[in-house]
Amino acid sequence: MLKKRIIPCLDIRDGRTVKGVSFVDLRDAGDPVELAKAYADQAADELVFLDITATNEKRKTFASLVEKIAGAINIPFTVGGGISSVDDVSALIKSGADKVSVNTAAFNDPGLITRLADEFGSQCIVAAIDAQLIRGEWLVCINAGTTVTGTGALEWAERAWKLGAGEILLTSVNSDGTKAGFSTDITSSISDRVNIPVIASGGAGTMEHFREVFAETSCSAALAASVFHFGEILVPDLKKYLKENNIDVRI
Amino acid sequence: MIVILKYNSGNVMSVRVALQRLGYTSVISDDPDIISKADRIIIPGVGEARSAMNYLRERNLDSLIVSLKQPVLGICLGLQLLCSYSEEGDTRCLGVFDASVSRFPEGAMVPHMGWNDFVSLNGDPLLRGVVVTDDVYYVHSYYAGVNQFTTAVCDYCLPFSAAMRKDNFFATQFHPEKSAGKGELILKNFLEL
Repeated sequence: MLKKRIIPCLDIRDGRTVKGVSFVDLRDAGDPVELAKAYADQAADELVFLDITATNEKRKTFASLVEKIAGAINIPFTVGGGISSVDDVSALIKSGADKVSVNTAAFNDPGLITRLADEFGSQCIVAAIDAQLIRGEWLVCINAGTTVTGTGALEWAERAWKLGAGEILLTSVNSDGTKAGFSTDITSSISDRVNIPVIASGGAGTMEHFREVFAETSCSAALAASVFHFGEILVPDLKKYLKENNIDVRI
Repeated sequence: MIVILKYNSGNVMSVRVALQRLGYTSVISDDPDIISKADRIIIPGVGEARSAMNYLRERNLDSLIVSLKQPVLGICLGLQLLCSYSEEGDTRCLGVFDASVSRFPEGAMVPHMGWNDFVSLNGDPLLRGVVVTDDVYYVHSYYAGVNQFTTAVCDYCLPFSAAMRKDNFFATQFHPEKSAGKGELILKNFLEL
């Protein structure tokens, strides 16, 4: 049985983790490599590293960080943030990333997804979609969630799949940061529409929220950041809870 | 000396660093002399069958690989290349395993991506210490069905070969280098055969 995946997400700026981390006694909680190792040891199924470095100049350090992460952990990981070309992806894959996520650049230039899939294989290409519910309609947001487009999230997800994306990372802008639960409605619509795995993101606050998104939608994975980083939920406890509630996870 | 076969495949580095974590150094090479002298050869895989076979044929590595007598481990696409034929790009492959590789049927969610288990069939030493409740990491859209060389079966839409073996040739459809502690155990089993 294919297991549902639990994915901690780390925001990186200038090579350091951004959000405070207090879940485990790390020598240096700002060091993404140490944090990644701690999560891998806790049986996290995958990790996502999002580079939120402001400038392209400073972003060059990201590839060397990716290389260090690849050397340190024994589970798959995705990297994203500001990726807009085959060359960007080539550098990250060569550094050892398993997958890359593309967001705004792919929305502005959908052919990018196809070019990346042709070059590296669909399994490497994650289409990250930020969706916001506005007057009853889930619309795509770009530029780190700051710009609302007129395109429906469901429509864009289906198009990204057909263009060659191998996975969809769906973040609900409405739920993100609220700790009030995942947006199960849009997660469900998109998971039912596309025939590739969907990662639900945004809104995790309790272990029940994870159970809910897996029970009520056909998403393949759930992603969260702060509840893991601040130790509010420990990955092993979460997996035990999900298993007890008949959600198949890797223990 | 452990050689990781160099070809147009994505995860050569992943295998190399996984071996490093286990304390083994390795050489990434497509040089026939170096490959012939290796104690162990790993054929990694994330890529496309036709272009991979073209790369091997252009360098006459296809005939070399099938003649190897030392332990060889094919991973993911590596397993598929060791079969005789792949639907991916309508490709004639190496033919160590007389088996063919197909795409998952229409309607299946592809790639089969994530952690899944397998059932061992006949005590393959490669899989020693890994039991049915353990999960390993898969990411693939093509599969080799269950055949005479199958040593472990995974079920995803249909049963397929999670691992195969013929003499000195071992292969896994999953990625031991990405499969946490159990994957490390499998790599170690291979290196200590």
